Amino acid sequence: MKAENKKEEGAKTGRTRKFKVYREDPTDGKGGEYQEFDVQVEEGMVVLDAITYISQRVDPTLAVRWNCKAARCGSCSAEINGVPRLMCKTRVDTIDGTITVGPMRAFPLVKDLVTDVSSNYEIEKLMPEFKPKEGISSPWRMNEMDVGRSQEFRKCIECFLCQDVCHVVRDHHAAYIGPRHVVKAASLDMHPLDTLDRSEWLTADGGLGYCNVTKCCQDVCPEHIKITDNAIIPEKERSADSLYDPIISLFRRFSKGKADRKQ
Amino acid sequence: MVAYDRVETDVLVMGMGGAGLRAALEIVSRNLKVVLVSKSLLGKAHTVMAEGGIAAAVANVDSKDSWQVHFSDTVAEGVYIGDYRMAEILAKEAPERVYELERYGALFDRTPDGKIMQRAFGGHTYRRLCHVGDKTGLEMIRTLEDRVLHTGNAKLLDETVITKLLACNGSVCGAVGFSLRTGKFIVFECKAIIVATGGLGRIYKVSSNSHETTGDGIAMAFEAGAELRDMEMVQFHPTGMVYPPGVRGLLVTEGVRGEGGLLFNTKGERFMLRYSPEKKELDARDVVARAIYHEIQNGNGTEHGGVYLDITKKGAAFIRKKLPGMYEQFKEFAGVDITKEKMEVAPTVHYFMGGIRVEPETARTNVNGLFAVGEAAAGLHGANRLGGNSLADILVFGRRAGISAATYAATSVAPKLDYREAEAEISRINSFIDEAGRGSTNPYEIIDELRDTMSSKVGIIRNGKDLNSALQTITVLKERAKSVTVKGGVRFNQGLLGCIEMEKMLLVAECVVRSAIYRKESRGAHTRSDFPNKLKEWKLNIICARNGSKIDLSTVPVPEMPEELNALVKPEVYA
Repeated sequence: MKAENKKEEGAKTGRTRKFKVYREDPTDGKGGEYQEFDVQVEEGMVVLDAITYISQRVDPTLAVRWNCKAARCGSCSAEINGVPRLMCKTRVDTIDGTITVGPMRAFPLVKDLVTDVSSNYEIEKLMPEFKPKEGISSPWRMNEMDVGRSQEFRKCIECFLCQDVCHVVRDHHAAYIGPRHVVKAASLDMHPLDTLDRSEWLTADGGLGYCNVTKCCQDVCPEHIKITDNAIIPEKERSADSLYDPIISLFRRFSKGKADRKQ
Repeated sequence: MVAYDRVETDVLVMGMGGAGLRAALEIVSRNLKVVLVSKSLLGKAHTVMAEGGIAAAVANVDSKDSWQVHFSDTVAEGVYIGDYRMAEILAKEAPERVYELERYGALFDRTPDGKIMQRAFGGHTYRRLCHVGDKTGLEMIRTLEDRVLHTGNAKLLDETVITKLLACNGSVCGAVGFSLRTGKFIVFECKAIIVATGGLGRIYKVSSNSHETTGDGIAMAFEAGAELRDMEMVQFHPTGMVYPPGVRGLLVTEGVRGEGGLLFNTKGERFMLRYSPEKKELDARDVVARAIYHEIQNGNGTEHGGVYLDITKKGAAFIRKKLPGMYEQFKEFAGVDITKEKMEVAPTVHYFMGGIRVEPETARTNVNGLFAVGEAAAGLHGANRLGGNSLADILVFGRRAGISAATYAATSVAPKLDYREAEAEISRINSFIDEAGRGSTNPYEIIDELRDTMSSKVGIIRNGKDLNSALQTITVLKERAKSVTVKGGVRFNQGLLGCIEMEKMLLVAECVVRSAIYRKESRGAHTRSDFPNKLKEWKLNIICARNGSKIDLSTVPVPEMPEELNALVKPEVYA
């Protein structure tokens, strides 16, 4: 089985593959276009190898963001043949034909493949912080099972591919903070010693209601976090519980309205 | 007329890894202004790559553990040339830093009775590494990132490249750099600078490091007059991936061996029983790396030049819970299911014990106002670093560097910055993209040749002939580097970044090679086939200092430990 794999990879080595790479500098107002490059393919090569080859050997002006090249840092997010993926984790030999690489379309373009993802850090600043129970004796004790629930969400490498694929974020991005931030809220809400419930904040300020549970986000997550099933749906349910609780509902009506959210 | 933005602050922190972020928290809490810069995006620093855990003698799993044993392990495995005071501080303060991180919101794996879980690691007498599966660094950086973002008072300039530190009358007073996103040059004016820029793994071809780890901070501190020490001490992690070629060098966490993974050669022999009958797979990294190297050299390696690491006997459920990153990494990149198949591994450049020389208590360098911490600093690890001690390092000394820099900035008057010097540096950077006046060498040609040279001639087993040949190559490359040029602008120009990183890499690589030539013995990570023994007269630290455009080398003796500490450590033995 293994030998067969190797043979197949060997056969694909040494060939030239065609890459179409998006080029645009928004500061020059000339608009964007795909530029073609032929790149020699090597065994086990990933799309990022081709892109860094181009930017280091062919055209240094090709803007690309990358760092670890090990699928751990989440820098090299892009759309490969239209699908949001990490360039460092997409093997060239898994794609037939021309490989088209473009920037994430949910974010403002900086240049070529690089987008401005800083809005995510602005949202992170607004997220109610971890607030542990008071007066618990140190060191804390927590059950491994309880910890595990939150740990799933802490695998997030902040690649923002889930934000990119989300049609609500793409098309109406002022309304919904997006899957990454629901995952973050869930990671805090499900901390065994946290005392807050962020579901109401997610609905009132975060526009969680706009998410119509199409699960696109969890399909593209390189860490295989069950974003919709384990973060979004439970947060929606918690929020619904409190919204339909008559006392809480009354309280909400007389307190704050929907706060402005910085995009 | 050169255009640039001006940024004024009390403390400039270079690097947004764990050390830089932890330092920033101390500065903010003292109501001083702090600006953090990093080449990569916030949250992407090399700390995210740390896998196995953070060493702290909280004694949750092995009740006999204590700071004394942690201290002793650190000094002995550093082969007695580490800074004993730093080891003492680390061992004593690491537990509180771990619990503090937990209070900030980090969630570690738990023991059955709900305490922080600890795993075994090479060279640690007891199970000591607090961990989050094999993604400990990610949890740490995310927790600190969150904390810094919520303080609201730290100015974060990520994707910003610093090219030069500015000093006035022997004190730092600023720095010059540019933003990758806007392409604008920035002149920073500050009272203190903390260098938290990590190591220089990418001066080697095969390395486990993020690609931004090119030694920039160390090189710039050196150019500003800071002394470097122990630069010859390069840690090869025993287990990096070998196949396919694109991921060669990618880290396979020591946690695999900590959780019971065993090493075999192609004859099916568990060879560590031969090299290290007592500690076996969990001996210190230098020992295991040399053993694997010898097995491969002796023809007992795989066709891709590795040996086997096998954890299959622990079962799929256990492996996927404790080593999810490894499972994913091998499945995605190599098509190997580590719950059923063996991994192929070989040593990979992982960490530099050497770096900027600092005072143990305060992280101060010999330049006023300049501080260094984490992998960019040196001293704690001596000739060999224990796994998990680097994550402890960035928290313990990150906090201390933050306090010291804040105290310094609060009590010192800002020296006057010479803007002409800043403008000259901006012109120098701009001249890389001036295609008219220079040659046409691509910086990546030089970088690749440097990496090949370092990997082939400054490896696990060294000798004088190869080292001198490497030095010659570097001399030639430095000359060729004068003709590098790139086209385009400043914004996200990989070529321009290459020019800048190339200069820094050549400088730090030269320090590594010169120090390696200088140390005529074998100790810890530095093994020389022409000087195979450890020698008492070399119980010294090698110091690199700038002398004009030259690198001066000298040695300083390792300070004697006070009696009460000396009594904790098993005496050093010479053959």
